[in-house]
Amino acid sequence: MRQFFSTILIGITLGSIYSLMALALVLVWRSTRVVNFAQAGQAIFSTYIGYEMMVRTGNFWFSLLIAIIIGSLLGAGVEYFFMRTLFKHADDGPVAALAPVIATLGLLGVIRSVVGMIWGNEYRSFASPVSTDNFVVAGATIPFSRLNVLVIVGAALVMIAFSIIFQRTNLGLALRASAFQPEIARLAGIRVGPIRTIGWTFAGGAGAVAGVLVTPNDILSPNSLDTLLVFGFVAAVIGGLESLPGAVVGGMVLGIGIAFILNYVSTTLIFPAVFVVLLLSLVIKPNGIFGSKKVRNA
Amino acid sequence: MTALLINKLTVDHGAIRALSDVSFEVPEGKLAAVIGSNGAGKTTLLRTLSGLKSPTSGTARWNDRSMVGVKPEDLVRRGISHVSEGKSVIPELTVKENLLVGGLWRNDKSDTAQAINEVVELFPRLGERMSQSANTLSGGERQMLAIGRALVSRPKLLLLDEPSLGLAPLIIEQIFTAINDLRKRLNMTVVLVEQNAISALEIADIGVILNLGELVASGPAQDLMNDPALRSAYLGY
Ligand SMILES: Nc1ncnc2c1ncn2[C@@H]1O[C@H](COP(=O)(O)OP(=O)(O)OP(=O)(O)O)[C@@H](O)[C@H]1O
Ligand SMILES: [Mg+2]
Repeated sequence: MRQFFSTILIGITLGSIYSLMALALVLVWRSTRVVNFAQAGQAIFSTYIGYEMMVRTGNFWFSLLIAIIIGSLLGAGVEYFFMRTLFKHADDGPVAALAPVIATLGLLGVIRSVVGMIWGNEYRSFASPVSTDNFVVAGATIPFSRLNVLVIVGAALVMIAFSIIFQRTNLGLALRASAFQPEIARLAGIRVGPIRTIGWTFAGGAGAVAGVLVTPNDILSPNSLDTLLVFGFVAAVIGGLESLPGAVVGGMVLGIGIAFILNYVSTTLIFPAVFVVLLLSLVIKPNGIFGSKKVRNA
Repeated sequence: MTALLINKLTVDHGAIRALSDVSFEVPEGKLAAVIGSNGAGKTTLLRTLSGLKSPTSGTARWNDRSMVGVKPEDLVRRGISHVSEGKSVIPELTVKENLLVGGLWRNDKSDTAQAINEVVELFPRLGERMSQSANTLSGGERQMLAIGRALVSRPKLLLLDEPSLGLAPLIIEQIFTAINDLRKRLNMTVVLVEQNAISALEIADIGVILNLGELVASGPAQDLMNDPALRSAYLGY
């Protein structure tokens, strides 16, 4: 029973991070119809900025804030300078549909190399702002620390902020309208271009939070967030790829699923575990948990 | 005063010429019905007027300013609203949100609220369904919502693409009456694209008949309706 309980807690911790990455990918996918592989690059760059700030100031919260700002600006920059140019010269046809995705893959490589050039390729570690000692419950240690609590709370705050922005504000309404029906949104007077840039900005910020929160539990290297990209994408697909709540639920399903397989089956199975969870969820809900083929056709 | 002036407008979709040298004008506050069978270029005309499509040549002017090469979101700010073909609502949003979207660009939020109230007065069925997803509306209700969304932008020129498509005669009647009353009350200029020639010409001041991208006739709606040759060839009665 204790193992079951702690497995859930670990699953939620993992799921929080996956959810953040999934949110970032869904925000971009909804607004631009691009699977943004560069998201891992943007997140790792932001995380290294956070690391650098941490080294210089020793203040985790300040470093997190700077990482979020840089991550957001980087997201905006990638959309504004890179994607727009790409779409401007795009034509119809199969290449046009795929070119932006391949381009983001290329951009991931470029950002990783830049990070390697600036900070080197050796592993670094990122000190945790809170204790990483495991909690003791009723005399027994459970593999769950204050750092895990921080990850969950941090991710939850981002999600709450997004849900307020998207559901309660005019900006959120414009973001949703532009994502779902860009042409009608334009006809209604919404400037869809800048709104899309804002979507990428939010995505960049969410990716930065994911990177900075996951790293104290892990090591930092130029490609240390690549697996997170895959997991985030799987979580987004489980959630239906279109929906922000879906991304969160998808992340949780994946996190808890992985935690159970690791704890009860084998710790070497992390990659197969991801795909077992993906397959199972797609068999049960072929369009994703929050996806529906009636409303969306793209 | 002539509010909408279209001169020798030619529009291509790649190799396909959808509109060829089309000219007509609509004075302020008048309703022009654009009639023509499938593929006549009606939708292309409206998409060009709302900035979604650039013409190959020719001009289109609204209140003495060119509309060509201006983005749709900027034309909205100049008083031009387009209700595109096929119930242009955002199905993922609620009815209320769809209406709010029409006023997002405006600074006068209290007038947006007022405009939404007026839409609800005009189409009470929308008022009963404000928090429902637009996806759950019937075809007629969706069309009402699409028109309502455009009205929230307080347009001076309303472009309507086949609002009667797929609707029951009674609903068509309702929607046409609403459009007609509204434009008279607000002195709104309307371009109404329709295959439903008779109903449209009945409320129109001006008729424009297109066929395969070319202008066949334009003039007072009454005259077009009384022309036996046009009637049998294009109006279908
Ligand atoms: N995006 C496009 N690409 C290529 N050709 C197009 C495109 N849109 C329209 N056309 C062509 O332009 C011509 C005019 O089309 P348009 O949609 O303007 O006609 P319409 O009068 O609105 O017809 P309907 O009554 O069927 O809606 C048609 O021959 C059509 O095939
Ligand atoms: Mg048409």
